[in-house]
Amino acid sequence: MIEVLRHALALAAKDLRVELRSRTALVSAIAFAALVLVIFNFARDPTTVSSRDLAPSVLWVTFTFAAMLTFNRSFALEKENGAMDGLLLSPVPRGAIFLGKYFANLGFVVTVQAVTLPLFVLFFNVGLGGALPGLLLVTVLGTLGFVAVGTVFASMAVRTRFADLMLPVLLLPFLVPPVIGAVQVTTRLLAGRPLLEQAGWLRILGVYDVVFLTVCAMVFPSLLDE
Amino acid sequence: MALSAGTGSLQVILGPNGAGKTTLLRILAGLTRPTSGQVLVLGHSLRNTPRLRREIGLLSHQSLLYDDLTPRENLTFIARLYGLKAPDQSAMAALDAVGLAQRSADPVRRLSRGMVQRVAIARALLHRPRILLLDEPFTGLDPRAADRLVRLLEEQLAAGTAVVVVAHSLYDIWPVATRISVLVRGQWVIDEPRPTDRDRFMVRVQEAFSD
Repeated sequence: MIEVLRHALALAAKDLRVELRSRTALVSAIAFAALVLVIFNFARDPTTVSSRDLAPSVLWVTFTFAAMLTFNRSFALEKENGAMDGLLLSPVPRGAIFLGKYFANLGFVVTVQAVTLPLFVLFFNVGLGGALPGLLLVTVLGTLGFVAVGTVFASMAVRTRFADLMLPVLLLPFLVPPVIGAVQVTTRLLAGRPLLEQAGWLRILGVYDVVFLTVCAMVFPSLLDE
Repeated sequence: MALSAGTGSLQVILGPNGAGKTTLLRILAGLTRPTSGQVLVLGHSLRNTPRLRREIGLLSHQSLLYDDLTPRENLTFIARLYGLKAPDQSAMAALDAVGLAQRSADPVRRLSRGMVQRVAIARALLHRPRILLLDEPFTGLDPRAADRLVRLLEEQLAAGTAVVVVAHSLYDIWPVATRISVLVRGQWVIDEPRPTDRDRFMVRVQEAFSD
């Protein structure tokens, strides 16, 4: 297990290094997130829809679509020069490849979320107040399983001719449960309701994370075989 | 078809475009599943014993490198995956062996085609594999780099490595070849120890291509 973790961390560190050099995924995902927030902010009619009603949905839709850009990039870079063959040739367990890609994607998505959240507060004039710890918790729970599913589907989509189009088509149906759960909890937290009242939704998010992380880790190795 | 590569031997595979040479190499490397038959490495199936992948080095049509990383970073990363004790030193030694230590800090995307090929060769040799699979290794190499590769192959053969080379031309590989096979439409049409007269042999190869 320690060896798997060591390989996974080496792989994730390599992905982060490549991203720091190329700044392809992060810059485009953050720019995309900022643009979505701006567009929703100005497209909304404040006399008919209050920002508090709209904000949670906009936040999670932004997180979701921005994350997809990073998922696509994570496997596109392995396609260049056949680098994925290089990984498959190595004695690294296939599970470590999944875990490494998962850690890297998690790092990218959390970075995008960390930049998006303050922009969201700014554009939608949402007072977080005491909701911040709860919001961070639901963001973590809403992200863990979601990134696992995104990692698996990105590995499949990259083999198709239209990876950028295929990924949303494959991935979005699987993201409905965590996005609904996260939006529900975020709405209530921003309305000033206590976190403890959201135990049901948080449990659903937790179960989704455990189930999909396990299933994805089991399925991923078989997806790599030609 | 059967292919057996012994220790310290260098088998050259020739064939016209589309003969299946690259597919064969990918099957030998464990990257493509054969529709039938099996590949045994040191007596065991690659698929059943993933750790045997450590014994294989592959030079593919593609470089298997990350363009945004330097040769040193690429090779250090690979050395870590193979669990080499001193990844950075191993990477530099491999780059030195192909004469690219001076360019170790330049991103791969800034290197010429021939230099990228040399880094890819260093990558294939990095973990000292006992079986070396090379797909057109002389592509893009200048005469000096080609000579250096022949010397590297001689060292590998002396160390007991089994080498399989897919090539279009026998010119560069001839001095170190021990056996030559010609693949046409998935079948061996020539498979014999390297003869002494290269020119006469090449006439036979051309005839086999046109059959």
